[in-house]
Amino acid sequence: MRNHAISVVTVVVTLLVIWVIYSKLNSKGQLTAAKWEPFVSANLWKTYILPGVQGTLTAAAVSIVLALLLGFVLGVGRMSTHNAIRWTCSVIVEFFRAVPVLIMMIFAYFLYAAYDVFPSKHLALAGVITGLTLYNGAVIAEIVRAGVNALPRGQAEAASSLGLGWGQTMRSILLPQAITSMLPVLISQLVVVLKDTAIGYQITFLEMVRQGTQVGSAYGNYIPALIVIAVLMIVVNFALSQLAVWVEGRMRRSRKGPAPMQVDQPVTQGTFAAGGGGTI
Amino acid sequence: MNSEVLPGFTVGQILEAFWTTIQLTVFSAVGALILGTVLAAMRLAPVPMLNWIGTTYVNIVRNTPLTLIILFCSFGLAQTLGITLVDFQSATSIEDSNFRLAVLGFTVYTAAFVCETVRSGVNTIPLGQAEAARSLGLSFGQNLRVVLLPQAFRAVVAPLGSVLIALTKNTTIASAIGVAEAALLMKEMIENTAALITVGAIFAGGFILLTLPTGLFFGWLGKRLAVAQ
Repeated sequence: MRNHAISVVTVVVTLLVIWVIYSKLNSKGQLTAAKWEPFVSANLWKTYILPGVQGTLTAAAVSIVLALLLGFVLGVGRMSTHNAIRWTCSVIVEFFRAVPVLIMMIFAYFLYAAYDVFPSKHLALAGVITGLTLYNGAVIAEIVRAGVNALPRGQAEAASSLGLGWGQTMRSILLPQAITSMLPVLISQLVVVLKDTAIGYQITFLEMVRQGTQVGSAYGNYIPALIVIAVLMIVVNFALSQLAVWVEGRMRRSRKGPAPMQVDQPVTQGTFAAGGGGTI
Repeated sequence: MNSEVLPGFTVGQILEAFWTTIQLTVFSAVGALILGTVLAAMRLAPVPMLNWIGTTYVNIVRNTPLTLIILFCSFGLAQTLGITLVDFQSATSIEDSNFRLAVLGFTVYTAAFVCETVRSGVNTIPLGQAEAARSLGLSFGQNLRVVLLPQAFRAVVAPLGSVLIALTKNTTIASAIGVAEAALLMKEMIENTAALITVGAIFAGGFILLTLPTGLFFGWLGKRLAVAQ
């Protein structure tokens, strides 16, 4: 009975909020056809949005591949038996997890500009990819380490009692199992990479959010333009998040292979127990 | 304080920029903690309508780029709808407006992550506890307040610390709408002095000084407050 009353109140409040937003948008003329019509013309998509989508996808795809490579090197390095290697990798990982992606992007952008490393056309793209690779590489390194540490200790002990060296144990026993259990977390890391390409807005990188503001200033419709870009982003990222959860559930139910790592948990491993990172 | 680090830029200026970063972080953190806890309560409530609103909020906000949310606050709320959050009479209305809009954006964004973190904390509590409280006649609100949330918060201190660190780093995105925080000053310093390595080291170092102690503190606090189950 009481819950029904709360339901009714919730519905009333929600409708009230929707009505306030509606009347505010309406009074500022944001709901007129003129503000939304441009989005059904092929011209707007060809001139603005599709180049933005291309920029976002290019940066995200290159970054995730490079970040995986860097993450594996750093993650395995951090578990090395050589003190020097382990320490170096630890410092690199903690450093790139502690520094904001935007700071790295600005630094890389101006560094490449100062030394003419890339043609000026690709300067912003290179800056974005560098920032995303360094940060996500450090996060993936921690994911790799957490994946290996989550395996039963008997695996490594059995391998060493069979006479396998550290490298062999890592390569043929631990990593193959860890990679499998990491799969759902890696998929949800892809969402972070896609979202973070938008940080490139600040170093003039041509991606979806920048193109949304371009549409906004060209057609005088910032609100509709940003809503359209947000919807595109949300659809793709939501689908990827659901895929990650589905893969995790499937692996958890299956009796083959190791248990998957949990999606949506901030990565809290690291020397500094609550180091930043994870799915934010 | 007035000594120049690089031509035209003083130590005081750098500290002031980082002070803005800290203020953005603290205000947004408080807002996000409150909103996030309310959202978590909504997602746990025995009312399907509230569950749905909480879930929809989280799914929308979590999958949107933060830059887009911050730009929406400036271009959409302030410039189009005239919601500037300030009194136009005041002398610093433009700076204040950008700062408050940024805090609003960070609060809205971070609340989604706080919600999920708190909810994962509630999920660590054995179901029997909520059932026992229920059978003693406690209402959902009492159950949440007396039994679930106190234990949940203790369980998620370290993950909440992670969210706070992420928020600290995310405040750099406020430079997109002209808030004078660390990243904006960094860009200005590089453009004016070309001392890339020095400037990079100063700002990277500044953020390490902010985030590493936060991580250590929340890690320590999390261990101290952990509930044995």
